[in-house]
Amino acid sequence: MDQIIGNFQLLLDYPIVNLKIIIDGVMIGALFALAAYGLALVWGVMNVKNLAQGDFVIAGGYIAWWLAQHGVHPFIGVVAAFVVMWGIGWVAYKLVISRVIERDLFTSLLATFGLAIMMAQIMNLLFGSDTQSVQLDYATYHFADGLIDVPAAKLMGVIMAMSLAVGVIIFMKRSRMGQAIRATSQDRRAARVMGIDTERVYSFTFSLNSAICGAAGAIIVMAWVIQPFYGITYSVRAFVIVTAAGLGNLPGVIAAGFGIGALEQYGSHILGIGYQQAVAVLLLLLVLLVRLMQQRRQRQVLR
Amino acid sequence: MKSIAKSGKTRGLASLLLAGAATGMLATGAAAAECEPLTLGSAISLTGKYATNGVHAKNGYEFAIQKIKENGGIQVGDKCYDFNVIYYDDESKGDRGATLAERLINQDGVQYMLGPYSSGLTKAIAPVTEKYQIPMVEAEGASRSLFNKGYKYLFAVLSTSEQYLASAITLAAQVAEKNGKSPADIKVAVAVENDPFSLDIRAGVLDDAAKYDMKVVIDEKLPRDLSDMSAILTKVKLVKPDVLIVSGHSKGAATAVRQIGEQSIAVPMIAVTHCEAADVTGNFGKAANDILCSTQWAETLSYEDPIFGTAANYEQEFKAAYPEYKNKKVPYQTAQASAAVYVFKDAFERAGSLDKEKVRDAIAATDLMTFYGAIKFSEAGNNIAKPMVLRQIQNGDYNVVAPAEFASHDLNWPRKPQ
Repeated sequence: MDQIIGNFQLLLDYPIVNLKIIIDGVMIGALFALAAYGLALVWGVMNVKNLAQGDFVIAGGYIAWWLAQHGVHPFIGVVAAFVVMWGIGWVAYKLVISRVIERDLFTSLLATFGLAIMMAQIMNLLFGSDTQSVQLDYATYHFADGLIDVPAAKLMGVIMAMSLAVGVIIFMKRSRMGQAIRATSQDRRAARVMGIDTERVYSFTFSLNSAICGAAGAIIVMAWVIQPFYGITYSVRAFVIVTAAGLGNLPGVIAAGFGIGALEQYGSHILGIGYQQAVAVLLLLLVLLVRLMQQRRQRQVLR
Repeated sequence: MKSIAKSGKTRGLASLLLAGAATGMLATGAAAAECEPLTLGSAISLTGKYATNGVHAKNGYEFAIQKIKENGGIQVGDKCYDFNVIYYDDESKGDRGATLAERLINQDGVQYMLGPYSSGLTKAIAPVTEKYQIPMVEAEGASRSLFNKGYKYLFAVLSTSEQYLASAITLAAQVAEKNGKSPADIKVAVAVENDPFSLDIRAGVLDDAAKYDMKVVIDEKLPRDLSDMSAILTKVKLVKPDVLIVSGHSKGAATAVRQIGEQSIAVPMIAVTHCEAADVTGNFGKAANDILCSTQWAETLSYEDPIFGTAANYEQEFKAAYPEYKNKKVPYQTAQASAAVYVFKDAFERAGSLDKEKVRDAIAATDLMTFYGAIKFSEAGNNIAKPMVLRQIQNGDYNVVAPAEFASHDLNWPRKPQ
């Protein structure tokens, strides 16, 4: 308790630290938002709650890491992770997801949970259980007497994440496939009547989600660290964000991503770093409570 | 065809050996060639998550057995013996380890055991050896919870986990005194993972800090899935401790070293565990400079014994015997495994008997200097004579800086942000 008060006092004594916390939070939040957006896509279009979301992220990270070991620049690794994870997503769709789309909630949860465990174990076998990261020898910018530090690698990662997000938004708005995806998410049956091949839309959506996650993972490995069993942390965050922002609400997803990133940083500053993830889970609980009350009032079904 | 050719070759080899032995006999007298086998047992992780280190340990056992054989075996009374170990693979699982220990004792009739790899496996096997009153010398289980259970037949040659970074506190106190300051003015920041091993380390650090009356300004527990500790490091910047202690397996080392570099942390002394596992020099280059890393043993230490020679000699001969280690450092897991075998040899010779009770008492009375460090067991069975070694990363090399009397290099202090 003394420590918590002391930590709180530090924030008041050095107000600039608040800015640092928010910057740190927004940077990691951008990547949470990316994974969450993929989840929202799959959830909205196919009504599959993908518990393996975080493991796709980590798998992408390992692809970029493996390539970096073989002399490929990590930025190219991001593209490579996008492409390879697209393929892995497609295989996962054909093998597992396509069989559970029309089933009830628990079937898809169980199937994707199984997928998550499988992926984590395969990565453990392939790459070992040590943490891995790719170090970029770029400068770190310091502000405010060195209290705020922004590593160039992190900044570039966030910029890449943002441009990927913008690219996906434009794609969804402008392209035929994007339109088909949105149409399918609005009404599956009507889309089929209008001649949209929903099966193709599904496999495309899931592959796209997997690719987005892969790119996010490749960015994460440049600025943070990965380990085969870290997937769950990203899955949890993605679920919190999507639940908070709602499906098909991209600005909401991004805002929620930044928000949860910053709140976690505050949590770990004040309560101690051991409670970082607890803050995320607590937020999920709060969001669910609020949503439940809203639903009660509006009497509508949340898919 | 192949097998016939092979047996022909072995026969040739055997006769050659016989000839060699005959000439040897002339030189050294009667015993050398006719040593009887003396069987030890060990359940060790050859597959599963501890396989890498399990194999390191097994190689250490085997190398020591070979060396002891070359040096005339074990003299018990007027007879001579050579060690022979029955190994079983515990698959890195505790329940399997306990079952295999039962099997070694009940079916194979093993009377003396060498330890498995890891504290967890040792914890699983120790109750079994204790039940059958089988002396076990282990080299790979450092958790201090192994030594507060009142076990009488368990002995460990390595330093227990609470000592891992406590030596950094001692070193900080020495530096403060040298600079004319009081150790009581030192501010300590501790960030350890919330698991039994790291909490042991924390307990050791806090005990020693309290001994010097140091002030602990940050005391945080890292989560299991740590990937970002900038919150702690920002706090470090604000409260400016003199010593920063981080322990969280390889993820803790990797995250800490990377972010210490990114955030230009200017703590004069930073001590971390698992530097090698996280390969902090290879991954983070300059950011790792002047960070202190704890280890059980290093080949540059000036320890020595009559069987293995100096620590450097051990490293050299081991690499010659196991070429797969040629391009890397011999891990301390291997060295301490060899030391455990040496403890058995010494104990058998002092006991002058194969009676397991007498051997147990002889082990308990061990007071031995080895290439791995001094070995002397406390009442609880842990080694109290060997200090933990601190190495500092100096321009990408791991150089021993503490304990000062066995160190090869001077400490770089204070550490500057890289």
